[in-house]
Amino acid sequence: MMLPWIILIPFIGGLLCWQADRWGDKAPRWIALITMSLVLLITLVLWLDGDYHLPTLTVDSGAVRWAIEWRRAWIPRFGIDVHLALDGLSLVLIALTGFLGTLAVVCSWKEISHRVGFFHLNLLWILGGVIGVFLAIDLFLFFFFWEMMLVPMYFLIALWGHSGSEGRTRIRAAIKFFIYTQASGLLMLVSILGLVFAHHAATGVYSFSYGDLLNTRLSPELAFWLMMGFFIAFAVKLPVVPLHGWLPDAHAQAPTAGSVDLAGILLKTAAYGMLRFALPLFPDASALFAPVAMALGLVGIVYGAILACGQQDIKRLIAYTSISHMGVVLIGIYSGSALALQGVVLLMVAHAFSAAGLFIISGQVYERLYTRDMNRMGGLWGRLGSLPGFSLFFVAASLGMPGTANFAGEFMILFGTFPVAPVTVMIATTGMVLAAIYSLLLMQRVYYGPTRGEVRLGGLDTREFVMMMVVLVLVLLFGLYPQPLLDVTGATMDEIQKLFSVALSHAPATLLTGVVQ
Amino acid sequence: MDVSLLLPLTFLLPLLGTLILSLSCGRLSEPASAFVGVVSVGLAALVTLALSLGFDPGAAARTETLWTWIHVGDFQPTIGLALDGLSLTMLGIITGVGFLIHLFAAWYMRGEEGVTRFFAYMNLFVFSMILLVLGDNLLMLFLGWEGVGLCSYLLIGYYYQHAENGWAAFKAFIVTRIGDVFLAIGLFLIFRELGTLNIARILERAPEVWASGSTTAELAALLLLGGALGKSAQLPLHTWLADAMAGPTPVSALIHAATMVTAGVYLIARLYGVFELAPDVLWLVGLIGAVTLLMAGFAALAQTDIKRILAYSTMSQIGYMFLALGAGAFNAAIFHLMIHAFFKALLFLSAGAVIVSCHHEQDIRRLGGLWRRLPLAYGGFVIGGSALAALPLVTAGFYSKDEILWQALASGHQGFMVAGLVGAFLTSLYTLRLIIGTFHGAMKSDNARNAEPGRGLRHGLPLVVLAILSTFLGAWIHPPLESVLPGSPGEGVEAGQTMLELMASATALSGVAIGAWLFIFRRDWLARQVTRPWGIRLWTLWNAAWGFDAIFDALLVRPYRALMRWLKNDLIDGFFNLLAGIARLLNLVLSKTQTGRVRTYATSMVLGATVIMLVLAFGL
Repeated sequence: MMLPWIILIPFIGGLLCWQADRWGDKAPRWIALITMSLVLLITLVLWLDGDYHLPTLTVDSGAVRWAIEWRRAWIPRFGIDVHLALDGLSLVLIALTGFLGTLAVVCSWKEISHRVGFFHLNLLWILGGVIGVFLAIDLFLFFFFWEMMLVPMYFLIALWGHSGSEGRTRIRAAIKFFIYTQASGLLMLVSILGLVFAHHAATGVYSFSYGDLLNTRLSPELAFWLMMGFFIAFAVKLPVVPLHGWLPDAHAQAPTAGSVDLAGILLKTAAYGMLRFALPLFPDASALFAPVAMALGLVGIVYGAILACGQQDIKRLIAYTSISHMGVVLIGIYSGSALALQGVVLLMVAHAFSAAGLFIISGQVYERLYTRDMNRMGGLWGRLGSLPGFSLFFVAASLGMPGTANFAGEFMILFGTFPVAPVTVMIATTGMVLAAIYSLLLMQRVYYGPTRGEVRLGGLDTREFVMMMVVLVLVLLFGLYPQPLLDVTGATMDEIQKLFSVALSHAPATLLTGVVQ
Repeated sequence: MDVSLLLPLTFLLPLLGTLILSLSCGRLSEPASAFVGVVSVGLAALVTLALSLGFDPGAAARTETLWTWIHVGDFQPTIGLALDGLSLTMLGIITGVGFLIHLFAAWYMRGEEGVTRFFAYMNLFVFSMILLVLGDNLLMLFLGWEGVGLCSYLLIGYYYQHAENGWAAFKAFIVTRIGDVFLAIGLFLIFRELGTLNIARILERAPEVWASGSTTAELAALLLLGGALGKSAQLPLHTWLADAMAGPTPVSALIHAATMVTAGVYLIARLYGVFELAPDVLWLVGLIGAVTLLMAGFAALAQTDIKRILAYSTMSQIGYMFLALGAGAFNAAIFHLMIHAFFKALLFLSAGAVIVSCHHEQDIRRLGGLWRRLPLAYGGFVIGGSALAALPLVTAGFYSKDEILWQALASGHQGFMVAGLVGAFLTSLYTLRLIIGTFHGAMKSDNARNAEPGRGLRHGLPLVVLAILSTFLGAWIHPPLESVLPGSPGEGVEAGQTMLELMASATALSGVAIGAWLFIFRRDWLARQVTRPWGIRLWTLWNAAWGFDAIFDALLVRPYRALMRWLKNDLIDGFFNLLAGIARLLNLVLSKTQTGRVRTYATSMVLGATVIMLVLAFGL
């Protein structure tokens, strides 16, 4: 009974926040904080209590094992259930959602001053939707939550966002975000329906259940196109170049909490979707597609990094670095190596922390300087108290400094992928230089150079300091001892790896030509 | 105390220093910060002393696994330490010389803004550098490797108010990171081939898996070399070191002379087993060393900034170490590494003393005549310079450099030896030019005339101790490397060694003699030559260190910036925005038709109906 509650708590909390608006600004903030802390607490209890070492399974046994499962019929006629399940992977991501949700509430404590209740309703509903995505294993339900996340995010950007220059209004960014994700979501819906019909054709039963659909017999062509539907939907969200256009705008225009959620968890739903659905449902087609996906990952790494260097807006810069980092994740997902897959989980968590840290910092800089334009910064080392120190740390994390979780994740991916695709890894490794360039450019433009103005801008208050410190400690902790995390996700990732590597080994090259013709 | 307790203490103490300093959030006073910074490294030096007292050079490496870093399948790098003769030697240099430099820095940095920040970075550097040399696996080594790079970046850009310092730091980090990419790929390759990252296991497995001279072995060695070139500022990744002098002088002494820049030498010596399986790459190591030492020697001749002269000299001396490695004389390379740490730290600290005394004037054209005013710094320069120029018998540098030349000859690398001899001549020449320019002749600016000599223990003690270590007394320190590194090629061979010693001594002395003749007696003639067309050209070329910066600028920096500017507005996104634009355009056009006038609607309806009828009728 725990699972539906994890989803329901943020939704209920959101409604309460909305109504609590009438008692002033403080009430919704506290309610939201308590709500997200509760979610975090529940996941931590589940983490400590549960056993996520799934019994080793042979791939063809077909059974899917979950640590906790919850199922109620919803639309029996079409085999649609409210079917939630938890394993190590989803647990880690939900814990991440709980943590970043709490962080998002805390970091917008002073930033948001109008319609506070409604803001927190949207914030909590996004988080509820995300948790739903991580738990739903009925494909219809999954799609429901997938679309569900978008609407409150749209409002978050459109109502509380910042308008940039050159016609980059927050409304436009919100619409762009919505259209990109909505259009790609529809492709996924088509694929889901196609899969269900194919399953019906083979067995005569309608079912949207993950377990049932997992071993559907599909012709290679059909499998390929269905897989593409899923892939494109996830590729937009990850984002994969060339489908990334919404991300920089959305980030630049979103309020800090929105950026934190966007970079920290919304992007991770895409990687989760690939790991949970695109690979296991279509292992053969995915194996065929792997080289293309890896190439796209490479393009993302390089393209994102180069564009990041050219940005003036600090948040746009960070947004493009996300694209670059997600390129590495994409390569890891399609490598079919257990080490790389574990690295993917670690890098996702690490990137969530480091990107959140950087976005919070840019929010804090904004609150002090009222600009996000790096041309108007410079020489800030001595004027911001301990903020430069934290910036330095998160910049170091984003450039993959050993000791941070980002390094551990990235290098696990590269170590794991190297035996499979050495050339890909070699090119991906040059991303280390590119990452250094954009990261240090950020430092250079914001902190070096002559001081402009004598006024000390005020360091961090206790709330900001504690918030940054917690994230910093977590990045270091997972960087130097990621084992607790890896142990929890180990069994799940092993299963995905086995499924995928079997497909990789017997995927005849001719199939691809069959698809192309 | 037990080794397993002492060993982690060596790096935990500097780490503690960093933590205290960085968590103090500016609440510590300047003396308190300096105290924490210096004492933490001092204690680490004491721990190292305790370790070396109980060290048995014959025993196997002492390993200490703290915990398993990552454990996925076969991938199990640990947070593990290993202490053997090589790491103990490095540890001694890092904490010993490091302590002296920290002490000096407490004098040098007084009254500067952000002393806490300075010592926090310095301690963090010592911490990372210790991890680099103590790590028992390559991932740990990489952790320290990147950590020292970051600290180097931070300390070069320490005077952040000048944006160009930031850019110098930026350049240092990026150029070394290019080397790191090779190192990282080397790690991937080694793990794929040998299934381990543990250094001892690698040395064990490599000869079993790789045949000598096999492509994979050569490739692995080449990739490792790439990393070493970046960190140790060797051709072609050397361009960052001269600019790195933007940092405070103690930083240049510690990071860019004594410790971090020698990490590449350490890496190659540490993985000598891999390089021995790759004879071609090993030869390349020596060649790069030889070319670099000559290139940097000429460049040092045409600099005017004290610190830049010393920077090129460092590059050149590391070239000697690479040359030794290339000749297979790993012992000689590490011995020179140690001696170089002594005399180059001395030179940099003396330079620091001059710079602070002369109100941050560091151009030798504006100094001069300081020998009476700054006797201690002068003494440091003379002793350090003699060691650098390897004056025979009395200096430490003589013993270490001579060893390298001898091993090069004994291993049959005459070319390396000749390059080394030419380099030795250049070394004497530029060292003399530096000392004469700074300390003799007329005082050429007010800054020099108003020089205030440094006082106090923090200023004097480091200079004196390092000066003693730079004499033949320093050469008595014998790094316990026998059980770690293979024997030298010249072992047991006697013939020709005395001859070579005489040749080397003659070269160094003739360099000094010719230098004295040129810079003292033929000053005006020399000045005239430099103003002639060929003189100007040569000066410009050497002053720009053979123009590598311009080459990289044209080949890499400018194309990258052009690409950056070209893509700045995200072309791909632009394409999708174009779609949106078209949709909006269509909307504009079509909404024009919505005039609200019944007449127009009726006309268009009739027209439309007609067209459809026609289509149906004629089946168009």
